[in-house]
Parts: sequence; structure tokens; C-alpha cells
Amino acid sequence: MVTTPLLPSDYLDLVSPLRAGADLRGRIEAVHPETGDAATIVIRPGRGWRGHTAGQYVRIGVDVDGVRLWRAYSITSPTNRQDGRVTITVKAIPDGKVSNHLVCRAKPGTLIQLDQPTGDFVLPQAMPAKVLYLTAGSGITPVMGMLRDIEFDDVVMVHCAPQPQDVIFRNELHDLVADKKLRLTEVHTDTDGMLDIARLDALVPDWAERETWACGPAGLLDAAEEHWTEHGVQERLHTERFRPSVVVAGDGGGEVTFSATGKTVDADGATPLLDIGEEAGVLMPSGCRMGICFGCITPLKAGAVRDLRTGEITEAEPGVLIQTCVSAAAGPCDIER
Amino acid sequence: MTAIDPTAHLTAEQIEELGRELDAIRDEVIASRGEKDSAYIRKVISAQRKLELVSRGVLLFSIFPPAWLLGTAGLSVAKIMDNMEIGHNVLHGQWDWMRDPKIHSTTWEWDHVSPSDQWKHSHNELHHTYTNVIGKDNDLGYGIMRVDEDQKWHPFHLGQPLWNFLNACFFEYGIAAYDLELGKNLHKRRRKNPEFRARAKAVGRKIRKQVLKDYVIHPLLSGPSFLTTLAATFTANLVRNIWSHSVIMCGHFPEGVQVFERRSIKGETRGQWYLRQMMGSANISGSKAMHFMTGNLSHQIEHHLFPDLPSNRYAEVAVKVRALFEKYELEYVTGPLPKQVFSAWRKVFRLSLPNKKPKVKTPDREQELVAA
Repeated sequence: MVTTPLLPSDYLDLVSPLRAGADLRGRIEAVHPETGDAATIVIRPGRGWRGHTAGQYVRIGVDVDGVRLWRAYSITSPTNRQDGRVTITVKAIPDGKVSNHLVCRAKPGTLIQLDQPTGDFVLPQAMPAKVLYLTAGSGITPVMGMLRDIEFDDVVMVHCAPQPQDVIFRNELHDLVADKKLRLTEVHTDTDGMLDIARLDALVPDWAERETWACGPAGLLDAAEEHWTEHGVQERLHTERFRPSVVVAGDGGGEVTFSATGKTVDADGATPLLDIGEEAGVLMPSGCRMGICFGCITPLKAGAVRDLRTGEITEAEPGVLIQTCVSAAAGPCDIER
Repeated sequence: MTAIDPTAHLTAEQIEELGRELDAIRDEVIASRGEKDSAYIRKVISAQRKLELVSRGVLLFSIFPPAWLLGTAGLSVAKIMDNMEIGHNVLHGQWDWMRDPKIHSTTWEWDHVSPSDQWKHSHNELHHTYTNVIGKDNDLGYGIMRVDEDQKWHPFHLGQPLWNFLNACFFEYGIAAYDLELGKNLHKRRRKNPEFRARAKAVGRKIRKQVLKDYVIHPLLSGPSFLTTLAATFTANLVRNIWSHSVIMCGHFPEGVQVFERRSIKGETRGQWYLRQMMGSANISGSKAMHFMTGNLSHQIEHHLFPDLPSNRYAEVAVKVRALFEKYELEYVTGPLPKQVFSAWRKVFRLSLPNKKPKVKTPDREQELVAA
């Protein structure tokens, strides 16, 4: 009542944005280059941070050229870090607005928005005896979080990168190898070519007995899933995808109404409703933009939408929530934003 | 309306060309919106909040005259900043592109008795679309005054200098009543309309909260300074009301501003819409501080052309817009604040009396377009 029409927190945010009870935020404390196009960002999370499990990711909201953009990144720091900081390691991808901003332009002292860590690409309660990490490119990041967190007796890692200097965390990995805590095979795809999954028999003869965590491009993960299934050991394989695999070239489309904002726009059947809404100036929540984090879920009030990954149609019913980042209009629809 | 249509010399093609040139100015600003702009609005919001807190803090000791003066001045400025440079512009969606839910037209609420969603409807949708169209734009005299010779005279208008003065003093209530369309909705039949009742209730809630904060809680917290703080918050609201009323009067009422007939906007093209905004608005010239305190509504012409561009960019846009006025030989109505306020008030007095209906015809561009 004292602060109407604002809330007391609007004033407290001016002096203490990381306090307990505030919207979860973090402050960038340092940016350490890792390779030519990757960097580790050290973040001091706000008091409300609940802590993560090794392998999980966090959604962060960063202001790039004044525009708040949300992305999901794997946490690379161990869970027991003394100073309570967390790190994410980001590889700049071509045309990636957020990744390039974080790697090249992020400055210590900057406030960012955070979400609680989430994700089920994690280690099980019962420790497996033998572990295989199969990674490529920035797919190493969630696995690095695991490697730093828990030591296993028998760990093998197969990691793919174009060239030796592109291997993120290379020195640290080689230190682990020197300490006999890790057996590592680097596949340099510029010279060796893409990893043929059949080569795994030669590289890691007992791969089928190992609990495996795999993270990398869709091609590698698809091949791995097929391979593990073929040998009947698919329950030992855990994967994490950084990109959605879109199978449906959309048809249909229609008029999309954002009823809370009162905007109506035409949408084709291939463009995610998240993009359509953002383009129209609607305040759309967003996250990974690939259908995994559920940061963008929004009620579908009327009409139907198509899941761009599976082609599945979802029709409006009370309580139906859709992931706007992987859903396109399948005819006229009404999105409650 | 002046006896001669000041846009009569333009052909239909010229008007469309003018529209394209204005579109280009708009695109340029949109393409260059960035971190500097977002830093600007965040700085203004942060400064406003700090100023309000400090001023209200000082007013806890308002029993001492210097504290009263300082606190009242600070609170007046803070309220003006909240309504003008921040509230009005955020609610226009000028900062929506930042995608910050805390600074967004759909979530913002301001220090004003009219709830933001009702104001957005009457202001953004009606006034900005039908600017200066008689019978469509209620901002033309707010339904209580005649501000153009073409508006019908009624004996009620004899009192309009007084109505205008009262409206200035209690402007935020005037706006709330206006957003509710009280004049129209208080008729017996409409009073019971559930939609109207819901909106009236929302206004009632907002008024209660605002009054409680300014006239009960803050004075009570001041203890022995109860009465002086009460006087201070009342004064700050009065200052804010008179200031914003004056600025807004200067936007469309000074001499030289055109009004339009309902008929003239039928089938209006983008170029013609731009032209109407250009001829229907007036600027205020002055220092940077003055522009800031008016919420950059001193760049009313630019604001009406591009209502959703960030306010901090209107000054640079104005240079280009003014050049277009010269190129197309149109009158750019502007002047210092006292002159424009005087001009608007003179009109309010003059038109409180009936006048002969001027014989004017706006050129029928619809036909011209067909011919072209």
C-alpha cells in the first residue's frame, strides 16, 4: 500500500537485486576465454539459487543490444564450489546473438536473469562401476560439470572437435589423464573425419558395458541411439540435445491471436509461435528455443497447433499448455499472452 | 479550422511520397535501437524511484518549512517523471522491444488514478488513431470544451474557461472520467452495463489505493508532520496535474493546428494519416530539461507520427521531420511553452462564445486518388 502502484521489491531491486526473495538474478563476475570461440562465465547467483545437480543446465536472460534474450546453458562448475559461484561455458555459434555476446562482449558486473537449474541429464544415485562420456564440440559442457563433480574408478571419454585447439577444457582434461583419473580419446574431425559410431568397438571395446552419457550434435546422438538400441543396451545411454530436430516442414498456418495483448497476426505453418509473438511485440517467455526447457509454455485458448518436431497436432482444451518455441499454427489459434 | 486548407497544394502522389519518407525515418530509428536506449530508460526509472523515496523521506519532517519545500518540489518532479517520460511512454509500448517484463506496456502501472489499461484504450487506440477528427477524437476538448470553430456551440461552453481550469487542477481525475467515457455512460440505460461497471470499479480501486498512499499512510507515517505532509502530497499532485494538463493542451489546441471532418478520413491512406498527424499536432520549443519534463511530448508532432519510438530519440527525429515540413511547404507549429499555453487558453476563451460557421472544404482526396 505504501508503494502503490509499485511493489516494495521495485525499490529494493535498485539497491539489492540479488537479495533473498527477489526475482532470481545473477551477476557476471568474470569471463575466462577457453578456446578461440568459447568462454567460461563466472556467475554469482542471487540468494534464491537452489543449487544444481551435475549435468543440469540453467536458463539465463541476457540483454543483448538492449533486448532481453533467454537461452539455456549447461553448468560446468562442480556442485560443491566453495565460493557459491556457478559457471557456464559458452561456445559462440555463427549468428548466435546470445552466445557471441557472452563470449565476446559480456562484462563483469553485468546483471543477468536466471532460472533455477533443471534437466535430467544427470548422474544416478547409485554410482555405476564403468562410465563412458561421448561428446562433441560444446557437448562437452554438461559432462565437464559431471567430471568436476564426481570421480569414478573407471571413466573413458571420447570427444570430437575439429582440431586440438578447439577442445574446450583441454588442459584440464589432460591433467586428469596424467593423474590417471580419465582415459581420453580425442577425435579431430578436420583430420580424422566425423566419428563413425562403429569405430567405438576399437576405441572403447567394452562400451556396451558402460553407463554412457552422450551430448553433441543431432547426427552423433541419432547414430548413438541407433547403435545402442541395435545392441540392446539402450537403457545405458543417456543423451542431451542442444538443437531441436525439426521433422515437419509446416503446412497450414493461420491467424494467430494473442488475446492477453490483443494482437492478431498471420502466421505460416513453419514458424514457431514464439518467433511470431516476439515479432509482434508480445511479451513471450522463452528459454532454450528447442523444446526442452519448458520455459516458454503458454496456454492455448482456442484452435490448434502443430509440434514442429513430431508433426503432432494439439487442440485447445482447458488447461492445455503448449511449447511456443516448437509449435506452429495449424489453422487459426488463440494464445493466451 | 482555418479558411484555407494548408495542405491543398499537395498532390496525392506527393502525400504518398511523404509517407514513404516518414517510414524511412522510422525504420532508421528502429534499426538502431539498442543498449544506449535501454540504459537510458533504466536510468530514468531508477532516478525517478530514488527521487520519490528521498522526497517522501524528507517529507516525514515536513513540519520544518525547508523540508516541506524540498520534499514537495522533489515529489512533484518525481510524479511528473512517472507520468510523462516514463508512464506515458512505456504505456505506448515504446520500450516493449526490450522484452523486459518489468518495463513493458502490458505490465506497467503508473502513479495516476486512471488504471493503465483503460488509459491505453482511450489514448493509444482512440486518440492516436483518430487524432483531431471531430466526433471521433474525444481529446478535442475532452467532451467538455469547444476547441475548434467547427465544433457545435452549446450554452454549456460559456463556462469552458472554468471547466478547463478545474480540469487542470484535477487532471488525473478528469482523465479517469474521460477514459471511462463518463459523459456517455452515465445515461440511465448505460449505467447498468456490466462492462462499464467493472471498469468503474477498477477506477474506484485505483483511486482508493492512490488516495490511501498519498493522503493517509504517508501523512500518518510523518507523525507530528501529518498535516504538512498531507499538504505536500496534495500540492505535488496539483503541480503534476497542472503541468501535464498544460503540456497536453499545447499538443493539439494552439492556433495553427488543424482539425478534420469525419468524412475526410474515410479510406485514408498511410500518407494521408501521416499528414493528418503532422497538421494536427503542435510542438513546444525549449531546453533539454524542458523536453524531459514534458516526457518529450514537446515533440508532439514526432510523437504523433511515431507513437511507439523511444522518447529519447524524438529530438533527433525532429530535425529530419522538420526538414520534411519545409520540403513539402507545410507549417511546423511550435513555440516556447508560455506562448503555446497562452495560445491554447486564448482559444478556450474565444470559443466559449459562438462563431459563424466557417466555409471550408477539405479537398476530396478520395476522388483525386481514384483519378490518379
